[in-house]
Amino acid sequence: MTALDPTGPPGAEAASAVVSGSASIGAAGALDVSVGRIRREQLHQLLHSKPFLVGAVIVLWWVVCAIFGTLFVPYNATATNILNTNLAPSAAHWFGTNNVGEDVFSRVIVGARDILEIAPLATLLGTVLGTTIGLAQGYLRGAVDMIVGRIVDAALALPIVIVAFIFVVAVGPSTLTLVVVIGFVFSLIIARTVRTAVLQERELDYLAAARLRDERVLHVMFVEILPNVLGPILVEFTVRLGYAIFTIATLSFLGFGVQLPTPDWGADVASNYGYLAAGYWWETLFPALAIASLVIAINLIGDSIESVLIQ
Amino acid sequence: MLLYVLKRIGLALVTLVLLSIIIFFAGQVLPGNAGRAILGPFASQQAVAALDQKLGVDRSLLAQYWSWVSGVVQGKLGTSYQFQAPVSSFLWPALGRSLKLAAFAFVIVVPLSIFGGIVAALNRGRVVDRVISTTSLSLSTVPEFVSGVVLIVLLAIGLKILPVTANAPPGSPFLTQLKYLILPAIPLVFILFGYIARMARAGTIEALDSDYVRTATLKGLPRWVVIRRHVLRNSLLPTITVIATQTGYLIGGLVVVEKLFTYPGIGTLILTAATDKDFPMLEAGVLFIGIVYLAATLIADILYTVLNPRIRLGSAE
Repeated sequence: MTALDPTGPPGAEAASAVVSGSASIGAAGALDVSVGRIRREQLHQLLHSKPFLVGAVIVLWWVVCAIFGTLFVPYNATATNILNTNLAPSAAHWFGTNNVGEDVFSRVIVGARDILEIAPLATLLGTVLGTTIGLAQGYLRGAVDMIVGRIVDAALALPIVIVAFIFVVAVGPSTLTLVVVIGFVFSLIIARTVRTAVLQERELDYLAAARLRDERVLHVMFVEILPNVLGPILVEFTVRLGYAIFTIATLSFLGFGVQLPTPDWGADVASNYGYLAAGYWWETLFPALAIASLVIAINLIGDSIESVLIQ
Repeated sequence: MLLYVLKRIGLALVTLVLLSIIIFFAGQVLPGNAGRAILGPFASQQAVAALDQKLGVDRSLLAQYWSWVSGVVQGKLGTSYQFQAPVSSFLWPALGRSLKLAAFAFVIVVPLSIFGGIVAALNRGRVVDRVISTTSLSLSTVPEFVSGVVLIVLLAIGLKILPVTANAPPGSPFLTQLKYLILPAIPLVFILFGYIARMARAGTIEALDSDYVRTATLKGLPRWVVIRRHVLRNSLLPTITVIATQTGYLIGGLVVVEKLFTYPGIGTLILTAATDKDFPMLEAGVLFIGIVYLAATLIADILYTVLNPRIRLGSAE
């Protein structure tokens, strides 16, 4: 089960690595060459999957907008102009102007910045924290596992948006609050996934060997187990990243996320949707489409990674 | 079996108590004190202190938590700071309206997504499957207010076939009311469709690959009989659980949809309460969402046990 056949064709090798789970990878140093080949094979598969490429191009576009957007937008995204409010899309204003006369196109481009800052940070925090909790739960079991499990259940008894919303209301909206709150809630969910993966690893020989060698608990958790559960963690990271964007955009829409006048898609929808009934659809539709394109792109990427790593 | 159900109810109660503590203390951290929030920035300090005393917010947190919880248990949800009227007189009508919207979304999405999942599974790997799977995955990841906006622009402003708001004129007949709820229900349907269809697809595929289905096929049963009698019965089991757990999500989604369509349900109630620092209203609203969610997952767990002979008989030993 844990042995790889180094002489087999690359495809079969990747398949057998998948079948045997990630347990075989990293467990034996002698197989490092073929581990590299599996990774290369997986990367090759990924780069040839259409959903992945489409997702990557869209995400890359928004990352470019987030970093360099202010340099190439036609207007200052926060320049209001009460003489040019609610203008329909035209050559001068590609996406029209909103109810305070800001250029919608410029705001959509620059609006990528905050969400692409907060979401990855929050997801990273959640992944690091969640991995630690999950490793401890799965490896130590017993009281730690039970107590943490109860807390996780209680915290997840409410929809995430509501949990995040209560805490943001409690401490006031700021970038830091959003990162910490979303990161913390996500860590609980990620802990569940990691715990399950660790429970499977626990039964394998290399851990029995580590225990016999009398390795320290932290060493076993982070040096022995962690590399072997990286696959599910990576998948969880991309899935959570999509949900982080979902949650942040939603909080901004509810008025508890990114605050105006900072250009932000969710907040822009919130401040303009009241004008929909009057027929001014462009100031709401374009930021909404921007959110949709970003979450769908990230999910395409996540889905492709999942199907390559865990088949 | 009975033991399991009792244990499960016990666990749900523990979770509920933890939840009430989280909600209560999160509410207490809210910036600004209650007296000041009600009287406004120009009231004198004495007036604020007097009101704080009258509201009981100058007591210790533990004492406040106790009086709140014991009140809730007796059905007394407190008095809204903002409206100076019992919270329950706002909570129940709002809950009723949200329930109407949620139920409507459920009635649409459950048959639709189960059907979609089964069709995808029966065409596994083909174009139909890929279209259903990819579309449902994409739809379920887009925030409700985003798909809501796109729908409003398309159906209400572009084609003008549906109203922009969720509120039918007062006294409208039932069907007219439903017509106003179609647009707000669709974003909820989108999200739920992804989860339920995925579950139905996975369950169906598992059943299709099983030995008993192969036996049924090999003994010459017509395909549709095999699907109806052997596949669906087994594949729908996990789906039922997912449907029940999604109730919790649904309420979170309601907050967003109700804001977008200015629908006066529990979501709007909580949002307004949070903005106005109306703690009793906020705490009661969030607690009820938690209760509904816990009840739904509890029912899902029990239903799953009751319907699954393997677990039902296994635990009887």
